[in-house]
Amino acid sequence: MQDLSALTPDAFRAALREWLAAHFPASLRGLRAPTNGHEQPPGPPEDLAAWKGRFAETGWAAPCWPQRYGGGGLSAAQADMLAEELTAAGAFNPIAGLGLMMLGPTLLEYGNEAQKLRHLPPIARGELQWCQGFSEPGAGSDLAALRMRCDDMGDHWLLNGQKIWTSYAHHSDWCFALARTSTEKKQGGISFLLVDMKTPGIEVRPIKLINGVSHFCETFFTDVKVPKDCLVGEVNGGWSVGKRLLQHERASLSALRGANTQTWDLTDIARRYCGTDAQGRLADADLRSRLADHLLGEHAYRLTLERRAAEEEAGITPSTPVSTLKNIGSQVGQRLGELAVEMLGHQSLGWANDDHGVGYSDEELELTSLWLHSKCYTIYGGSQEVQNNITARRELDLPAA
Amino acid sequence: MNVHVPIPSDEQAMLRDMAAGWVRERAPIAALRQLRREHLELGFDPALYRDMAAMGWAGIVVPEADGGFGFGHASMGMLAEELGRNLVASPLISAAMVADALVLGGNAAQKQEWLPRLVAGEAHAALALEEGTRHDPAATALTARRDGEGWLLEGIKRPVFDAGGAALLLVAARTAEGISLFLCPGDAPGVSKAPLRQIDSRGAATVTFTDCRLPATALLGAGDQGLSLLEQVLDRGRAVLAAEMLGSAQQAFETTIEYLKTRVQFDQPIGSFQALQHRAADMLGELELTRSAVQAALAAVDAADPDMPRLASLAKALAGRTFRKVAQEMVQMHGGIGMTDEHDAGLYLKRAQVADMTWGNLAYHRDRYARLSGI
Repeated sequence: MQDLSALTPDAFRAALREWLAAHFPASLRGLRAPTNGHEQPPGPPEDLAAWKGRFAETGWAAPCWPQRYGGGGLSAAQADMLAEELTAAGAFNPIAGLGLMMLGPTLLEYGNEAQKLRHLPPIARGELQWCQGFSEPGAGSDLAALRMRCDDMGDHWLLNGQKIWTSYAHHSDWCFALARTSTEKKQGGISFLLVDMKTPGIEVRPIKLINGVSHFCETFFTDVKVPKDCLVGEVNGGWSVGKRLLQHERASLSALRGANTQTWDLTDIARRYCGTDAQGRLADADLRSRLADHLLGEHAYRLTLERRAAEEEAGITPSTPVSTLKNIGSQVGQRLGELAVEMLGHQSLGWANDDHGVGYSDEELELTSLWLHSKCYTIYGGSQEVQNNITARRELDLPAA
Repeated sequence: MNVHVPIPSDEQAMLRDMAAGWVRERAPIAALRQLRREHLELGFDPALYRDMAAMGWAGIVVPEADGGFGFGHASMGMLAEELGRNLVASPLISAAMVADALVLGGNAAQKQEWLPRLVAGEAHAALALEEGTRHDPAATALTARRDGEGWLLEGIKRPVFDAGGAALLLVAARTAEGISLFLCPGDAPGVSKAPLRQIDSRGAATVTFTDCRLPATALLGAGDQGLSLLEQVLDRGRAVLAAEMLGSAQQAFETTIEYLKTRVQFDQPIGSFQALQHRAADMLGELELTRSAVQAALAAVDAADPDMPRLASLAKALAGRTFRKVAQEMVQMHGGIGMTDEHDAGLYLKRAQVADMTWGNLAYHRDRYARLSGI
């Protein structure tokens, strides 16, 4: 398609509208965007595939990446306009995943030219999915304690060790991983690697979670040969790269929590399951007051995300730290789950997996699963406690123990 | 993206810097201690209020067409936030609420009589609303009956915040038509004020209206529209007061963080203990949420956003909860010294209590937010 990025703002907006009118399938209007690269979002699959194909040609999934790396080459203002026009048309970005959210921005900053040219375009087109090989059985909150060995074999690296909580490892094409290239320094002995998941020696086992399903895996590396040019940044310099990537992760996780909670209208569920009095208020005064507390928190959280976005757009250092935002967002999400199952009462006690939940509606089963799943919000991406440590030390400058 | 929380303009940033400088130099916490000794009945230092008015602050919310400076409520909120840092006692917010009422509901003669004096700071004003133990505007019982061409007011208002020295009282009264608002000079015959000693040292009073006769021109707006006008005025005042509370909570927080860095026990700064670090991190989150709600509510006033009432309740509820929590933690984290009158922690704790109770506390606004959200 023609390059729109050089157009005047008015012409650019008009071109966007014209393009959307011509290419966005009406069957997908108003449906939600996928939250990762693996789930099948709602809507007719063939229309989704067509939409994804057309969108991929534009590079607009990564609107501000340079065009030579497969991005849209748009300015921040043009990217805003794109988001506005997508919303106005009831459309959405059909391309998602860890590559787009986390690895891409990190590679733009730390990758060399060859790495950017090789890896960024398939990410922007949504062709290849990435997973994250960071956590290990002995390195969760204390991530820098990771032990997976990365030995320099001269013409290649050799990986040996185990990763855990690798989301969608069983469906991913590539993995970005942290591994130990030196035991002399804790943080200063870590390197950042890009690993093809088809490499011999990689074994993936999915882990079943408390809600009966899982996209998390254990990933085992046994004598895995990785080409030399797959190391990002300096040898033993991977900790800075990984930290930067985690910032992208926290920002996207907190934004996602906001997006997810909006798909459930707790006030509607409360009215249906708990009943209202003659004035239209929830009949259960105690529940009403706790629901109101949750709504206050959720509303203020959404406003805080907007404030942060406005500050970023204006080039002002955001006043709310990402570590704070991540904790607030995960708590809002967990409170939603807690309130939802309380409202459903006995109807929240159904287990979906064995007999497809006879006696419980899909909505009920989904909310129960969400309640269980929400317990991980305060654990992944750096636990609530780790975030609080970061806030205290880095933002408030409180002394180390 | 629909941005409800705009970035401050350069003009607003200048106003904020000016206010911050003035508060630091002219109105330190010591001024509040002096107030407790010297101006208890008035509840503020008249020299400080003259200073504020000279900088134009008493006319910030009044549009230029009405003789004010037309800066809007977001600017007023920034000012209030800076004043809140040092718990500066002044009738600024009460006077702005009455000015808002005149701008929204006053006729030309009423505006002409009062706005120039309010804008110049020659007079200040207070809202005579509360009667029972809790904020409940719809339950107003003080009566106003037709009396020939004029009105006859009978009843008691308590507490009337910032009543000390107020030249004008905006009185909410029950009439045959519902709830109506009246402009009553503070020294009108039949009005008597009995000062109340409040924990925050500000100038509240019980105001008794006995056989108080007011002319027909005292009625503000339509007689049957008083409650809706009152709610608009209250929502503006709530948003601005929430900004003041945010400033107070922010300062209480920063003072406490400094103490955590310097107080040594067990041979280390107590701020190195994780139990205190995590509570500090939680407080930062509460403050950030409150800041977003306050800025959104103030922006909603200036944008005439129909969701303003809900945002005002959101801001006031969060400000009440956050300020009270941070003030309590300020006392707790300071330990014994925080319990002494000599230390500032108690001043913040006491102001938090009064401010939370003013124009509806957390429970009131949580209920109102729930109602406005359809539950």
